[in-house]
Amino acid sequence: MNEEFLNTLGSIIGTATPLVIASLGETITERAGVVNLSLDGSLALAAVTGFAAAWTAQEMGLLDVPMQLAAGIAAAMIIGALIALLVGFSSIKLRRDQVAVGFVLTLLAAELARFLGADYTRIPGPQITRWAIPILEDIPVIGTIFFQQNVLVYFSYFLMFAIWFWLFRTRGGLALRAIGERPEAAYARGAPVQRLRYWYTFLGGALVGLAGAAYSLNVKPGWSSPPAMQGDGWIALAIVIFGGWHPFRAVLGAYLFAALRAVSSNIQTNGLFIFGQEINFPFVLLNTLPWLLMIVTLLIVSGGLTERLLQYMPRGVQHRLRAFLRSDPPKALGTRFEAE
Amino acid sequence: MKSPRALAVQIGFLLLPIVISLAVAAALVIAVGRDPLEVVDALWKGAFKDSRKLGGVFNFWIPLTLVSIGLVVTFRAGLWNIGVEGQMMMGALFASWGAQYLPLGESLSPLLNLILIALSAVGGMFWAFVVGLLKIRLGVNEIFGGVALNALVNVISIYLISGPWQPRIGGSAQGTEPFPTPALLPEFSSRFPTNLFMIALVIAAFIIVLILLNATRWGLNLKAVGRNMRSALLLGVATERTSMSAFLVCGALAGIAGSYRVLFTFDNLRPLASGGIGFLGLLVVLLLSIRLLWVPLIAFAFSAILTGSTRLQIALKLDSSLAGVLQGMLVLFVILFHGVQEVFFPGTLADEEIEDPHPPAPSPTGREREVGTVELTKSDNSPLPRSGGGGLGVGA
Repeated sequence: MNEEFLNTLGSIIGTATPLVIASLGETITERAGVVNLSLDGSLALAAVTGFAAAWTAQEMGLLDVPMQLAAGIAAAMIIGALIALLVGFSSIKLRRDQVAVGFVLTLLAAELARFLGADYTRIPGPQITRWAIPILEDIPVIGTIFFQQNVLVYFSYFLMFAIWFWLFRTRGGLALRAIGERPEAAYARGAPVQRLRYWYTFLGGALVGLAGAAYSLNVKPGWSSPPAMQGDGWIALAIVIFGGWHPFRAVLGAYLFAALRAVSSNIQTNGLFIFGQEINFPFVLLNTLPWLLMIVTLLIVSGGLTERLLQYMPRGVQHRLRAFLRSDPPKALGTRFEAE
Repeated sequence: MKSPRALAVQIGFLLLPIVISLAVAAALVIAVGRDPLEVVDALWKGAFKDSRKLGGVFNFWIPLTLVSIGLVVTFRAGLWNIGVEGQMMMGALFASWGAQYLPLGESLSPLLNLILIALSAVGGMFWAFVVGLLKIRLGVNEIFGGVALNALVNVISIYLISGPWQPRIGGSAQGTEPFPTPALLPEFSSRFPTNLFMIALVIAAFIIVLILLNATRWGLNLKAVGRNMRSALLLGVATERTSMSAFLVCGALAGIAGSYRVLFTFDNLRPLASGGIGFLGLLVVLLLSIRLLWVPLIAFAFSAILTGSTRLQIALKLDSSLAGVLQGMLVLFVILFHGVQEVFFPGTLADEEIEDPHPPAPSPTGREREVGTVELTKSDNSPLPRSGGGGLGVGA
């Protein structure tokens, strides 16, 4: 296969990684029944914190480069986890609405990122570099696409399988799904609903923080205002829905979005040629594509239209197609649970 | 009557969020090596130094109050109209089209102003209609529909500015050419640069919506739909039409707010001309637990902070986002402390909340109201992504 094409696919996998990690994190949070709507702001604040921490470590000459990056990643994960815990606490303990708190935190975190990041705008800092996996990288096609990446990308593969395994193959995962579907039943069977919700909110938030660091230390190095990843938090939230709260489908969704973006930015820089004929079109409008895709995917998975279209399908196909297209949220998503 | 203790707790919980947000903001200012008192001074002077500055405060107050009034309506119906920012922008686009292509001269300027304001209302309603259609008929959650439509209209405006509407000389992505004078809304005076007609319009909108919400069947229907979609439907409320009407009213007000940005504030169309005012409106309404009465006052306070913050950059070389940080924290702490009071000091809540068995808690979703034990509360109008049905959760 064409080497250049494979490299492009590889770079799509690379740029999709923050989206992958963020939507996987949000997937487990929502599986537990908590919506962390703050993603768009959390990503920005985590990104700037991670960058600032890594940059400060570098300036002070304290640690070697891998440790500087680790410091940045740790700082970003702490920020993401703290914001998520605040959503969890206000819902579980203070009985506030998760959507309201999450939305306020989205705006607040974004403004904080702008304010605290003012001194770190457009300066170079440490970056996570490529590290091809020996042997695996030599596999034809697959090696070029998947195994000539950086550590975060490999971690995202691991994360996807780990979350899938945990969710569907362990007792702990069963409890996680139960507290998001029927918390009262889970509680009756002895699951510590509130504690588990805190824990998965924390974990999901930490992953969102990691995704933020993935932007500022790798995909879009450094910090600028407005942040380069603005809007991605919302896309990640939509991917969770599109993914039907399943890790594999979420990852697929993230890659789909990244691919669409790669295509549209490629066309905007190089123009579009069909049969050697240059097509003239205001390519700026291609920037609408990710958002149109967001609307279309939500249209497909959230019922309404799909149901109507399915009526025209043969019966046998109907059932299978519905199972494939529809995605139903955890039943207790966004609700509070109170034990006596 | 309340006991003195309850009153003290009540006042305490009113002041605590303000004190804490100011304290955290001060700590942030100290952390970046500035003097909080200088920041206060700059903010104050930036907003109230003279009548010119005060005019600037009103220039934020007009669009902010308009969108906040609209958002009270959508929140009443249990809808999260995050798309309000895009509705402002679409209003601005419609007004910009009219300002450039409607050939009305100087003498007809007031008429042209009215036409443009009406056009912008149509633009805002159009974009709100799309969000409403996606939500009500097609089951796409209005938060995500709104976010996507906000992004779409921003791309469209950048396309227009860098394409068909670009200035004849030196075309760039900065903005269109200034609109012809007859299209622009006039200043009251150079000493007080704001538009009195729009201030009057805001006051009129406030009074009309106040009456509509509290004294008409429509207001009652909105409340019913917002509280419990299924019961409202069973009681014979046309739920779909009511939800859509809430979107349309909010869209119209947001569109007019957008027109003010381009026809007065900037005199041309710029990318992101809505300037986050729609989101700020959401904060205003969340701060007030969806109570309309105090909207103009809180909007004024937020506008003053916003106007004052432009001086931070000049006077102290401090990023103006401090204003947003302060506003965001204020709303967050108000919501959190409302929870603390409800959970740890029940019985000290404000009178109105005791009288009303279903107080408008900070939850515009109606999920926080049942404060009982052992319960799993999930209302029918959950703003969360939902499966099935026409997206209304009314059991299709």
